[in-house]
Amino acid sequence: MQLETVLILEHRDYGAGYRLLKVAAPGIAPQVQPGQFVHVRVPRLNDAVLRRPFSVFQAQADTLSILYKTVGRGTAALAALAAGQTVGLIGPLGHGFPLDGPAERVPVLVAGGYGMAALYLVAQRLPRQGMVFVGGCSAQDILGIEDFTALGWPAHIATEDGTRGVRGLVTDVLDAWLGEGRQSRTPEFFACGPNGMLQAVGDRAQAGGWTAWLSVDRHMGCGVGACLTCVVKCKAPDGDWVWVRSCKEGPVFECRQIQWEEES
Amino acid sequence: MSLNSPDLSVNLGGVRMKNPVMVASGTFGYGPEYADLVDLNRLGALVVKGISLEPWRGNPPPRTVEVASGLINAIGLQNPGAEGFLRDYLPFLRQFDVPVIVNIWGRTVEEYAAVAERLSAADGLTALELNVSCPNVKEGRTAFGTNLPMFRRVLAAVRLKTRLPLIPKLAPDLSQIKAFAQAAEEEGADAISLINSIPALAIDIETRRPVLGNRTGGLSGPAIKPIALKLVWEAAQAVRIPIVGMGGIASAADAVEFIIAGASAVAIGTANFSEPTTALTVMDGLREYLIRHNLGTVKELVGALRC
Ligand SMILES: Cc1cc2nc3c(=O)[nH]c(=O)nc-3n(C[C@H](O)[C@H](O)[C@H](O)COP(=O)(O)OP(=O)(O)OC[C@H]3O[C@@H](n4cnc5c(N)ncnc54)[C@H](O)[C@@H]3O)c2cc1C
Ligand SMILES: Cc1cc2nc3c(=O)[nH]c(=O)nc-3n(C[C@H](O)[C@H](O)[C@H](O)COP(=O)(O)O)c2cc1C
Ligand code: FES
Repeated sequence: MQLETVLILEHRDYGAGYRLLKVAAPGIAPQVQPGQFVHVRVPRLNDAVLRRPFSVFQAQADTLSILYKTVGRGTAALAALAAGQTVGLIGPLGHGFPLDGPAERVPVLVAGGYGMAALYLVAQRLPRQGMVFVGGCSAQDILGIEDFTALGWPAHIATEDGTRGVRGLVTDVLDAWLGEGRQSRTPEFFACGPNGMLQAVGDRAQAGGWTAWLSVDRHMGCGVGACLTCVVKCKAPDGDWVWVRSCKEGPVFECRQIQWEEES
Repeated sequence: MSLNSPDLSVNLGGVRMKNPVMVASGTFGYGPEYADLVDLNRLGALVVKGISLEPWRGNPPPRTVEVASGLINAIGLQNPGAEGFLRDYLPFLRQFDVPVIVNIWGRTVEEYAAVAERLSAADGLTALELNVSCPNVKEGRTAFGTNLPMFRRVLAAVRLKTRLPLIPKLAPDLSQIKAFAQAAEEEGADAISLINSIPALAIDIETRRPVLGNRTGGLSGPAIKPIALKLVWEAAQAVRIPIVGMGGIASAADAVEFIIAGASAVAIGTANFSEPTTALTVMDGLREYLIRHNLGTVKELVGALRC
């Protein structure tokens, strides 16, 4: 983990309403593990007291990039930056996706929203090939499919309005695939998206006796484990529950760790 | 000591500090969280997140919300309890040459006394800061920090159980600040700190619900700085014991204001979240200020308001 003032190399539209922000981060980039995030100090947002967290999309040598959508004042201010300007990062942060699962497992990535950004490095760095399932409201919400197909990973798409792929939820396509029963190997899930989707993936994994790594999205303060803003209700060893920091112990949790009741 | 390096050291009621800039309770964890980013040895003191006798879960999320120039928090004092702190964090903290001040709280006078006693028996802690902004559960949920007789009782009970410097942290109540500051001095406090966050509310207008899981919380950050300054100034006129000033400090200029108002030391809180090295830049800026104003020691600046 380190503080780094980084130079913006590239900043452009990436489709699906997202923008790609690529920076030179020689300190942080080589350390990034899939599923980790950076905490961004948005320049010229002077009355903001918090940074903004973003998953690392790609990290190669000394550069890293994030994919973000403008949803509020922080991301709007971020969108106004140009190549050649600098921005402050803390990173890499959090516990990401473990890539050391048994070789016989088939990696199954499930993404909604910016989930594809958080999952790209999993596909790129896993020594075994898997497949991705992506969901969204409409065709224009489906982000970054080409990046996965370029790695040779087949993609299954679902949109709620049927404008791309199968009409329905991503879990419908996933269920269809699981129901075909033709996968000879055990799936291992890696998911990032809305809570409902994460919970649905976790339910299927538990029912099948499989492993599911879920990346949760919680509002964050410090991003480093100091303020206890970002907590997730997790099961405790003694059968009770505890609040666990998603910025430190997470954002990736195995589905059996999370206690979803009264949550989301 | 050369003219170019003013003396930043302070003795805060028995807490010997290399410089007057510390980090505030609840905004810096227990030390390890920021240790990769900040050289803890350079801090004037490190005040850890509030500790109670037993572990405490805290409030349901959302626990914080960003507002204009501020943050409203309702963490609910989640902490691992005194034993958990001593086991999991004290060995780490002992590696550093920095005064460690433990912020403590309880739901009853007895709990305050017990946690103070337990921590005082440990080796490696420098002082206790008393958070009195939590509601008392026995006496009809009045806050210790807003009820003067209760405040005195808590302080007296803790005083009996510890020889460590005791620093009650006062609630930001302008009408009572002098009375509380004087009561603290009379009950044997070695210093006082102020201010804690200010009661506040944020509403989601779409759902018409409070944003925070706990409904209300405490406002901190630059938005509260002028209020905090006024309170520090009032308190400084009422007591002789030293004051730790805090509330919205983000720059050396902010810290200098607090010192001029009467604070012997300052604490950096919310600013750590956006810039973890704020305490270090404040320290450097303070040194430059003293040089620019031909002051050999920071003590000369304490309470130097001209009016
Ligand atoms: C671990 C993690 C990884 C993320 N990765 C990405 C990513 O790769 N791409 C992407 O587009 N977005 C990502 N997000 C969401 C992103 O942090 C928010 O969209 C962003 O903080 C919104 O800031 P704002 O000022 O524009 O929104 P505002 O609504 O104005 O922000 C107000 C406050 O709410 C917080 N906030 C608002 N929405 C979210 C949210 N969904 N999650 C967390 N905090 C939020 C902000 O940080 C800020 O403190 C991620 C969030 C987390 C926790
Ligand atoms: C997230 C958060 C947690 C806090 N936790 C505590 C606490 O446990 N005990 C305490 O006495 N004060 C706590 N505080 C209050 C701060 O120590 C400080 O008094 C207040 O935030 C004002 O300073 P600032 O504006 O620089 O943040 C907390 C503040 C924040 C923002
Ligand atoms: S965001 Fe501060 S502890 Fe996680």
